[in-house]
Amino acid sequence: MDIFVIHLLNALLYASVLFLIAGGLSLIYGVMRIVNLAHGNLYALGAYVTAWTVGQLIGVVPNAALIVLLPAGALAAGAAGAILEPTLLRPFYKRAEEYQLLVTFGLLLIIDDVLRLIWGAHPLSASVIWESFGSLTIFDSVYPTYNLLVIGVGFIAAAFLWAFIYRTKFGVILRATSQNMRMASALGVNVNRVYVQAFTIGCVMAGLAGAIIVPSQGAVLGMGVDALILAFVVVVIGGLGSLEGALVGALIAGIVREAGITLFPEIELAVLYLSAAVVLLARPAGLFGRP
Amino acid sequence: MILLGTKSLTKHFGNTHAVDHVDFTVTQGELLALIGSNGAGKTTLVNLISGLIRPDSGSIVFQEADVTAQSIHARIAVGIARSFQLVNLFDQLTAFDNVALSIFSRKGKSRQLFSLAERHEDVRDEATDVLRQFGLDAKAGMLAGGLAQGERKLLDIAVAYALRPKLLFLDEPTSGVSTREKAPIMDIITAVVRSGRITAVIIEHDMDVVFKYSDRIVVMHQGTILADGTPDAIRTNERVTTTLLGAPAPA
Amino acid sequence: MSPPPRSMRRMLVSAAPVAVFLLLVPYLADAFGAPYQTILLCYGLVMAIAALGFNLLLGYTGLLSFGHSAYFGMGAYAVAFLVKYLHITSMEIFLVGGVVATAIVSLAFGFICVRYTRIFFSILALALSQVLWSLIYKFFWVTGGSDGLRVPTPTLLGGLATVSRDKVTFLAHGYYYYVLVIFFVCVALMWVIVNSPFGKALQAIRDNETRAEFIGVQVRKYRLVAFLVSGVFTGLAGALWVPLNGLVTPDTLHWTFSGEIVFLTVLGGFRTFTGPIIGAVVFNYLKTYAVGYTVYWQLLLGAVLVTLVLSMPSGIVGTASQLFAKLRRPA
Repeated sequence: MDIFVIHLLNALLYASVLFLIAGGLSLIYGVMRIVNLAHGNLYALGAYVTAWTVGQLIGVVPNAALIVLLPAGALAAGAAGAILEPTLLRPFYKRAEEYQLLVTFGLLLIIDDVLRLIWGAHPLSASVIWESFGSLTIFDSVYPTYNLLVIGVGFIAAAFLWAFIYRTKFGVILRATSQNMRMASALGVNVNRVYVQAFTIGCVMAGLAGAIIVPSQGAVLGMGVDALILAFVVVVIGGLGSLEGALVGALIAGIVREAGITLFPEIELAVLYLSAAVVLLARPAGLFGRP
Repeated sequence: MILLGTKSLTKHFGNTHAVDHVDFTVTQGELLALIGSNGAGKTTLVNLISGLIRPDSGSIVFQEADVTAQSIHARIAVGIARSFQLVNLFDQLTAFDNVALSIFSRKGKSRQLFSLAERHEDVRDEATDVLRQFGLDAKAGMLAGGLAQGERKLLDIAVAYALRPKLLFLDEPTSGVSTREKAPIMDIITAVVRSGRITAVIIEHDMDVVFKYSDRIVVMHQGTILADGTPDAIRTNERVTTTLLGAPAPA
Repeated sequence: MSPPPRSMRRMLVSAAPVAVFLLLVPYLADAFGAPYQTILLCYGLVMAIAALGFNLLLGYTGLLSFGHSAYFGMGAYAVAFLVKYLHITSMEIFLVGGVVATAIVSLAFGFICVRYTRIFFSILALALSQVLWSLIYKFFWVTGGSDGLRVPTPTLLGGLATVSRDKVTFLAHGYYYYVLVIFFVCVALMWVIVNSPFGKALQAIRDNETRAEFIGVQVRKYRLVAFLVSGVFTGLAGALWVPLNGLVTPDTLHWTFSGEIVFLTVLGGFRTFTGPIIGAVVFNYLKTYAVGYTVYWQLLLGAVLVTLVLSMPSGIVGTASQLFAKLRRPA
C-alpha cells in the first residue's frame, strides 16, 4: 500500500511541475494564439537563476531559509518574457504562422546557448534546500519533505490561477481578449498590454516550475527542450489553450510516466507519446481543447 | 426533376437552431435564389449540403442517392460544388493554376507526381477556355492574390465551375463589389450556368439581382423556409415583405 | 512529341553552367592541392538533397517540420545496421535499405502528424523525432548508444568502379561523382514533382486547405504522400552521408540537427525551388568554418535565424531574385 502512495506522490510531483509549464504554454496560446517554442528554455532559465542565487547565499543564511529565493527564477523568466514579447514576437502577429514558429525556434537556440555561456556546461545544484527539509515517514516508507512542498505549490498555483482567471477583472479582460481580440480592442481593451501581461504570466509559470524543481533535480543543459516536449504531451492530452486541460493532462502524464518507468524505464518518453497519440486519435483537440 | 432534396434537415449551434427541420428542394436546370436576413440559416444550409458540417438530424438526397453521411470529396464526385462568401482562392498560384487545379482534380489527375502539369494539354486548353468564359483570360498569368476584388469573385466561381458540377452553390457572388460591377458578374454567371446546363443556387442579399436573374426564390427566416415560389409570387407575398422589409407600406 | 515546356528549358539553361562546374570541382580542387574541398562540397550536396526533401513539406505544402533529423538519422542508422548485422558493403544496398527504413518511419510518423497543421504538426514532428532519438540512445546494446556505429568505405556499383585504397582520394573522386549523380537525379525528380499536378495540389493545400478540400483534393492523403516523399529524400541523404562521415551517432537524430535543416532552408529561401540547395551548401561552409571560431554555435544560429526572419524572410535566393527583378524593371 505504501509503495502505491509513494508512486502516487511521485506522479503528483511530476504533474505539479508539468502543470506549471504546460499551463503557461496553454495560457499564452489561449490568449495570443502563439506557441512559444522557447517556453521550455524559460523553465530552464528559472532553474538556473534560482540555483545560482541559492548558490550565492549558501552559508550566509540557514539552508531551509534559502527557499525564499525560489521566486528569483520565476521573476527572471517573467522579466525575460516581458522584454521578448514586444520586441521579438509582436512583429510577427500579422505574418504567416511559419515565421512565428521560426522566430521562437531561433529564440530557443539563443537562450539554450546563453545559459551555456553564463553558467557553463556543468549542472548547477540547489540540493541544499532539498536536503535541509529532510524526510517524512509515510506508512513504512521515507519520502522527501521537499517533494511534498512542490506538490503543494502546484496545487496552490492551480487554485490561484483559477481564481485569477475567473474571479478578477483582469481575468475577464484576459478571457475576452482570448475569445475575440478585435472585439475586445473595439471595446477599449489595450490588447498590446494584455498580450505582454499574458505572456509574462505564462513565462513566470514556466520559471516557477524550474525554480521549484531545481532543488530536487538540479539545473542541467538540455532540460529546456526536454520540458517543451513533455509540456507538449500535456497540452495534446488536455487541449491547447485550456488550463483545466493542462491540469488534467499533467495528472495523466504524471501517472502514466510513473507507471511506465516502474515497469520499463527505457520507454519512459515513448510511453508518454503513445498516450498522447492515443488521445490525438480519439479526440484531436484534446480532452478540453477548442478545435 | 428534383435534383436535390433535404428532409427535415436540422443543425443546432448550442441553443441556436441555425437550420430547423428544413425541407429544401432544387429542380434540375433552374437558377434558384436563396434569400433571407442575416442569420436566417442560408449559409449553414449550404454548408450542410456541401459537406462542410454534419447535420444533427435529417437527410440530404442528391439524384436519388442519400449523401448525408458522405465526405466532401464524395459529394464533389457526384456533382455538388460551391463557392464561398469570403473569396477563397489559392493566392500564391496564378489564376490559370487555380482553375487548372479543379480540372486536374475532376479528371483524377491530381495524384500524378511524375508528370509535368504543363504537359497536360487537355487541362491547359480547358482552363484557358473557362477563364475566357469568365472574362479572366487576360489575367491568366497573374497570381490570384493580386487580382481586383471583382476578378477574384469571378475566379472563385470559375474554380467551382471548372469542376463541372451538376449543382453549384454560389454564396453571395456579388457581395463586396460595387453596384456597377454586379450586373456584369451576374451576366457572366447566368450565361455560363445556362450554357453549361448547370443547376445553380445563389445566396444573395441584393434584391434587384435576385428578382432579375432567378427562376425561383426560397426565403429563409430563423432556420426555416418562410416562402418558396416564383419571383412574382414572392414579391407579393405579404409574410415575406413583412419579415424582410418590415411592415408593408401603407396602402 | 512536342518540345519541352518553356519552364523546363529555362531551368536546364540556368542549371547547365552549375552542373559543368560541379563536374569539374575534383580537378580544380586537386589543382589547388586541396582535395578536402571536394569532400566538403560533397557534404553540402548531401545536405542539399535533405533540404530539397524538407522543403517539399515547408515551401510547397506549408508544413514546418522540426523533426526531420528522424528521417536523416533513420537512413544513416539503416546503413550502419546493414554493416553491423549483415556485413554488407554495397552502396546500392545501403541506399535501398536507407530508403526502405525511412519510408516506414515516414509513413508511421506522417500518419500521426498530417492529421494536424501548423503548430501542432511542427511540435508533433519534433516530439516524434525526440522519441526516436531517445530509443536509439537508450537501446545502446543494439545501436551503440552515444558511441555510435562505424561505417567503413562502401563498394560502389558492386566493385565495377575502381576504388583507391586511400580514403580521402576515394571520397574526393569516386564517391563525389557517385553523390553528384544522385544529386542531379534528386534535383530533377523533385523538380518534376513540384511541377506536377500533385505538386500543384500540394501548393493549393498550402494556400487554402478548405478550398483544396472543396475542389476534391483529399488533403490528408496528399499530405501523407508529401510527408513520405519528403522523408525518403531526407533518408536517402542520410544514407549518403554516413560513408562520408564514417560514423553515425544519435546526434544525427537530435532536434538540434532538425533545427539546422530548418535553418539552412530558411537561409536559402523556402519559397523557391533552388533556395534550399543554395542554403544547404552555404550553411555547410558556414558551419565548417564557424565551428572553429566559437563554441556558441547555437547562439549564432539562433541569432542569424531571428535576423533572417525579421529582415530577410525570403532567404538568399528569394531576396536575390527580388533584387534582380527590381533592377530589371525600368526605373
